[in-house]
Amino acid sequence: MSEEVGQLSCQELVELVTDYLEDALDDGTRARFELHVGLCHGCAAYLGQMEETATRLGSIPVDSLSTEATSTLLDAFRGFRR
Amino acid sequence: MSSDDGELVAALRAGDEAAFTRLVTDWSRPMLLLARGFVSTEASAEEVVQDTWLAVIRGLDAFEGRAALRTWVYRILVNIAKTRGVKEHRSLPWSSLGAEDEGPTVDPGLFRGPEDQYAGGWKSFPSDWRTVEDRVLEIEIQDQLRTVLERLPERQRIVLTLRDVVGCSSDEVCELLDVSAANQRVLLHRARAGCRQVLARYLAAEPSEEVS
Repeated sequence: MSEEVGQLSCQELVELVTDYLEDALDDGTRARFELHVGLCHGCAAYLGQMEETATRLGSIPVDSLSTEATSTLLDAFRGFRR
Repeated sequence: MSSDDGELVAALRAGDEAAFTRLVTDWSRPMLLLARGFVSTEASAEEVVQDTWLAVIRGLDAFEGRAALRTWVYRILVNIAKTRGVKEHRSLPWSSLGAEDEGPTVDPGLFRGPEDQYAGGWKSFPSDWRTVEDRVLEIEIQDQLRTVLERLPERQRIVLTLRDVVGCSSDEVCELLDVSAANQRVLLHRARAGCRQVLARYLAAEPSEEVS
């Protein structure tokens, strides 16, 4: 069996998820990846969860600069632009 | 220069304080998170971000718009943060990967062994994730996710912050960090997989699985 038509195991597939999402797989591997995900509920779930993880990271709470720092910067901006 | 960048840069050059304040408010959050990956304390990260904005103020007239404004600002930030990281003895090599970037990202125990007819297949599928309706729980989950991000190995943390928190493209990240596309993907993959594993504890419809 040639490498192109060989199947990916679930364990191999989970390590290729980011390469797949980044469009970095060669055509043969990409086809095998998509075939597997189309047939395997577990890997389809894993792929979706990696995408959800990326989306959720876009809305995590993060601290901003202190108000003092922001007003210092505004002073600097004002001074420089005058 | 894109038309959005063009308008913003024109407003800043004209001394528009509201535009400057808005920009600092909107961008400083992810900038702080990113800076924290390079330096050793929150206070140091705050100084990196302040120094970046001061450099932006001074450099505005020289900004030619060959790169997007955001890329330009982040390039300044990364340079300042790297220099400071070196002073704090936290220099990170970007040309090679480390031991923390190797090995499987999913517990091998979740897959069938080599003697099995379905070797490498899931022993049981990962649980589907539920939709969280409870606002308090949602906030807790997002807080946890931030904690996980902060505990990742530095390079994974920096790449993940740029890609998924800031929203940079892979090309932008490779250029900002001087990392190869292949290594960028390895770091991103490991970081996302680590975060996914923690999310699974909260979001699995059947929460018995993947508690490690």
